[in-house]
Amino acid sequence: MKRQLSSLAWAVWQRNLDVFSKTWQVNLIPPAIEPVLYLLALGFGVGAFITDIEGVPYIRFIAPALFAVSVMNASFFECTYGSYVRMYYQKTFDAIVATPVTIEEVIAGEILWGATRSLISAGIILPVLVLFGVVDLPGSLLLVPFAFAAGLLFASIGMCFTAVIPNIESINYPAFLFITPMFLFSGTFFPLDLLPPPLQAAALAVLPLAHVVNVARALTLSTGWGFLLLGLLWIGIAAPILFFFALRLMKRRLIV
Amino acid sequence: MREVIRAENLEKRFGDFAAVKGVTFSVAEGEAFGFLGPNGAGKTTTMRMVQCVSPRSGGHLEVLGMDPATDAREIKALLGVVPQEDNLDPELTGYENLRTYARYFGVAKDVAEERIARLLAFVEMEKKKDVIIEHLSGGMKRRLVLARALVNDPRILVLDEPTTGLDPQARHLIWDQLQGLQAEGRTIVLTTHYMEEAERLCDRLVIMDHGGVLIEGSPADLIDQTIGRQVLEAEAVPAVLSCLDRHGLRYDLVGRSVLVPTDDPAQMTGTLLHECGSIKLATRPTTLEDVFLKLTGRRLRE
Ligand SMILES: Nc1ncnc2c1ncn2[C@@H]1O[C@H](COP(=O)(O)OP(=O)(O)O)[C@@H](O)[C@H]1O
Ligand SMILES: [Mg+2]
Repeated sequence: MKRQLSSLAWAVWQRNLDVFSKTWQVNLIPPAIEPVLYLLALGFGVGAFITDIEGVPYIRFIAPALFAVSVMNASFFECTYGSYVRMYYQKTFDAIVATPVTIEEVIAGEILWGATRSLISAGIILPVLVLFGVVDLPGSLLLVPFAFAAGLLFASIGMCFTAVIPNIESINYPAFLFITPMFLFSGTFFPLDLLPPPLQAAALAVLPLAHVVNVARALTLSTGWGFLLLGLLWIGIAAPILFFFALRLMKRRLIV
Repeated sequence: MREVIRAENLEKRFGDFAAVKGVTFSVAEGEAFGFLGPNGAGKTTTMRMVQCVSPRSGGHLEVLGMDPATDAREIKALLGVVPQEDNLDPELTGYENLRTYARYFGVAKDVAEERIARLLAFVEMEKKKDVIIEHLSGGMKRRLVLARALVNDPRILVLDEPTTGLDPQARHLIWDQLQGLQAEGRTIVLTTHYMEEAERLCDRLVIMDHGGVLIEGSPADLIDQTIGRQVLEAEAVPAVLSCLDRHGLRYDLVGRSVLVPTDDPAQMTGTLLHECGSIKLATRPTTLEDVFLKLTGRRLRE
């Protein structure tokens, strides 16, 4: 594996950045608008009917969750739809593996790029949250590097699906059966401890977003450091495992 | 002549299906070597093993003295690949495609810039270099793929059906360019199912079918070996056929005509005209197409 992974992965990353930069208007504006809509609708709308949660106003409670969700969506969908189109329709991976770049480096570059998309999303949303005054500073600035780490996690998960789905429509399975439940049950819009204890434990065991939300919330509310540590540990273990698993699955799919 | 590619009993299986069954060939430095064969013959599969993107299932393969199974990265650095299907980045321009590709080879930036400018001129794409790929014609894309295959200054160019689907003008331009590249000392390996392309470009070639090599040699050798230099073509009427049978002559029936290989077309023409009276006939030099059809049959493929 070592000999198959070098800094050439960044050449693949650079290719994606070049393409992204050509159409940055469409790429940047929509992801910036969505969380603002959620913030307005849920924070001010729904929030008006809700007393403080765990001692904080509802809008401050959901702000880190909206951040986490857009970080998740950016990398997950980049490494599912985006990577699938490049792999299957544009044959970009075939073109690259004809050069000294290995398939492992192609996939690593794709995942790094997915994480970069998360980073970009973070860079758009964080100022909005700061502007609304719903996150603590300077702790929340750590959300930026954290977005990259969380991005690596979700990009790797997305890439694992991309490696096994038979066609592009099949992305609906992980999108609706994995991402949507995670969006709802990761302590995003209501605290995890409202769930029955076994479900709570299950959520923390298998829902990556739950940990990303916990870490983000600890940073924006400056509390819950235990969850922050647990989350970082979980992500630190899961991300590398899923990263290498994605490389393996992709190699199995593409090297025939 | 130094050998740059050597394959012995090369095999490729996809599950139970053997796409390449024991193929043996060798390519010398500086020559243009062709793989001619109908659809599904195993040409692309063979090329992909040479390009180190598809592992072989059996046999021996050596490219530039190295083994694709262990030294893929080193080999790929010295190859230029034109795949059967264009896979340029559709959202980038021609120039950007080449620049991106040069990065995969780790070509230094200033070297790459200079080389890309030269290559765009070589494939006559300077004027269109800033056009997004989506808006280019098939011939232009093909030329860009060729230019892209040259950004690493490769020793061997591997081209899979370089001119399929192109109009005659575009095809001739690519042929000229390939001949120029060979004159620079590069080795050229290509697949095709165009006889004219094989005849014009290849010093040596193999004809493949059903995953195996049927015959190997220079275009002229193949013609001599299989059919002979001349062929007589006549209407396949009973009088002609019985006359040919009477003289014990070998012939092939092709649609409504009959093809008779011969070394002495004048004498055979005389015989037929004398014995069958007024019939339509013509003689012509044998082409690679005659060889190809004789060896691979006339049944339609895919
Ligand atoms: N990845 C694959 N899986 C299964 N069969 C394949 C695969 N690639 C090629 N084949 C089969 O191998 C045979 C040879 O294909 P190919 O090398 O593409 O032929 P050619 O390039 O001469 O037209 C064909 O029957 C084709 O269907
Ligand atoms: Mg082919």
